[in-house]
Amino acid sequence: MTLPAAAIETRTNRPAIYDRLSAAELREALRRMHLIRQFEEGAEQAYMRGLIHGTMHLSIGQEASAVGVCAALKPQDKITSTHRGHGHCIGKGADPARMFAEFFGKEDGYCRGRGGSMHIADVAQGNLGANGIVGGGLPIAVGAALAMRQQKRTDVVACFFGDGASNEGAFHEALNMAALWKLGVVFVCENNQYGMSTSTERSMSVSNVADRAAGYNIPARIVDGNSFADVADAAFEAVDRARAGGGPSLVECKTYRIRGHSRSDRNRYRTRDEIEAWSARDPITRFEAELLELGILSGGDVRALREAVDAEIAAGIAFAQNSPPPQVAELLRDVHSD
Amino acid sequence: MDQPVRELSYAQALQEAMAQAMEADDRVFLMGEDIGIYGGAFGVTGDLVERFGAERVIDTPIAELGSAGVAVGAALCGSRPVLEFQFSDFATLAMEQIVNQAAKIRYMLGGAVSVPLVMRFPAGSGTGAAAQHSQSLEAWFAHVPGLKVVQPSTPEDAKGLLLSAIDDPDPVMLFEHKLLYKTKGPVPPEPYRTPIGKALIRRTGRDLTIVATAIMVHRALEAAAILAADGIDAEVIDLRSLRPLDRDTLVDSVSRTTRLLCVYEGVRTLGIGAEISALIAESEAFDRLDAPIGRLGGAECPLPYNPELERAAVPQVPDIVDKARALVRGTV
Ligand SMILES: Cc1ncc(C[n+]2csc(CCOP(=O)(O)OP(=O)(O)O)c2C)c(N)n1
Repeated sequence: MTLPAAAIETRTNRPAIYDRLSAAELREALRRMHLIRQFEEGAEQAYMRGLIHGTMHLSIGQEASAVGVCAALKPQDKITSTHRGHGHCIGKGADPARMFAEFFGKEDGYCRGRGGSMHIADVAQGNLGANGIVGGGLPIAVGAALAMRQQKRTDVVACFFGDGASNEGAFHEALNMAALWKLGVVFVCENNQYGMSTSTERSMSVSNVADRAAGYNIPARIVDGNSFADVADAAFEAVDRARAGGGPSLVECKTYRIRGHSRSDRNRYRTRDEIEAWSARDPITRFEAELLELGILSGGDVRALREAVDAEIAAGIAFAQNSPPPQVAELLRDVHSD
Repeated sequence: MDQPVRELSYAQALQEAMAQAMEADDRVFLMGEDIGIYGGAFGVTGDLVERFGAERVIDTPIAELGSAGVAVGAALCGSRPVLEFQFSDFATLAMEQIVNQAAKIRYMLGGAVSVPLVMRFPAGSGTGAAAQHSQSLEAWFAHVPGLKVVQPSTPEDAKGLLLSAIDDPDPVMLFEHKLLYKTKGPVPPEPYRTPIGKALIRRTGRDLTIVATAIMVHRALEAAAILAADGIDAEVIDLRSLRPLDRDTLVDSVSRTTRLLCVYEGVRTLGIGAEISALIAESEAFDRLDAPIGRLGGAECPLPYNPELERAAVPQVPDIVDKARALVRGTV
């Protein structure tokens, strides 16, 4: 395992991509990253207290890729997400209260308590859903982009997937069709270096997921996935290309999952040192420090932002707890459309 | 002299079967996602990689279709793969190799080859894992000539059926209910075989036959105890094997009890209960029936996440009690 060269970078000059984002937008990006972190920590605690059942996959440490990509999207753009999808959902603008309600299995949840963490979606904001099937979202994203073209819309589809998913046939079939038909998809690989316990070294014949894009004639960029600015830079380039009819791109965000794969992971396949080294590159700490240093936010702004996030999370959990459960009599509702 | 009975969990029993098969036969090897250092998503392979090495306990990339095909190829050429899927739902990704290749190659080639492949599938609901991680798809595969499909309900049968599967010259699919992995029961330490294609009467009774699979066997036995207090004497058959089906045991039992209730977790319509019902209706037991045949199966919907809905979507003990009572009392 090689860590990207730079340790915590302190930037003295302003990333060029910040010219595309207003101060308010940058502040909102930081707020969403905090919201994701607090949401997941809240969900983790609720799980340990027995309020949430099933399993969940936390993206703690990967917030920059979710938010950096969504910062380049418009509200009407679409995303497909993964089993590790809380960050994508909040990144695209979901309300944490309704996400909590979903995790608590309640009627006010985004999926009315039928889907849970692994199927979290927010169709109104363009999130077509997390997926329980590794790689399941890749061809769906291509289809969404095809529909955009058929409807003469320039909306872009960002397709999140993991390094592990790129070993599935669905990845290869999807990339080929997207490139063949020049569709407006941005394939976003969140390469957190492991598919469950299996490292990329032990599961991929190439070093980078981006290397695979060449086989489909798709332009690809590898970025520091723990840097909001680097992710956003590549995302804007790819989204611009897609919107202009230039076809698909692939962005590989090198990042790391700090928590175990799921609630039952004993972390036997990696070292404490490795986890600590990556914890030191925390994307939220870095982004916040950068915004402070560049004078985009003040210490007071950051405090206020964090307090507002804390309050929103607490209110979201209370909302979820008070939401009514689904009716058993409605078990068969929505199997079909009528 | 009585030996103290050794108990193992269902997961440990499976692991012991694989270890004994690998000790006895160099050709046997394991493949699957995270079965090495992680020990398997449900801990079934445990520390086998430390005992047998990474050449025989192979972590695959996340590639179900490819892995199934690789296992078919290895089996064709003299190896004995045991392929673990992380969830039975992911059999859908490997459908092509399982159904078009593994099941048919021997027949298509006029018997020139065989495919001694074992596939293991954690199956069933009850863990809050929602629609793509909770299905019971075993009946789909039981529809395919060329495949054998078994569903052990106890640690003892888990070990015995897995060892039989590994011996078998043809593809065998083992559906392992996730809620059973931690259940314990007596397991003989030596390698032994539980025959594929043989049902087992777990409780004898006179008033009705309940044919159940996997975790439903345990629910049916619980229901039978409640029914006994009501004066209803239920026979409970653990089907164990969906293909081949043990016709004789089923027909004989229903001929004696004159009533049949099938209980299974897969979706009720076109499930294994439909086949058992038809088999009885076509047999000499038909004339002996004193009640319509009853079926309890999974609801006609994907498995929901909410725990109360999830419970409502599959047969529970009270459902079995009510249905059995109605059949025996003639109130259906
Ligand atoms: C088709 C399929 N195979 C296996 C799994 C089990 N599984 C869930 S997540 C996962 C690892 C996925 O790795 P990656 O795509 O890199 O995403 P990450 O979990 O690292 O975010 C596995 C093997 C699954 N859900 N779907």
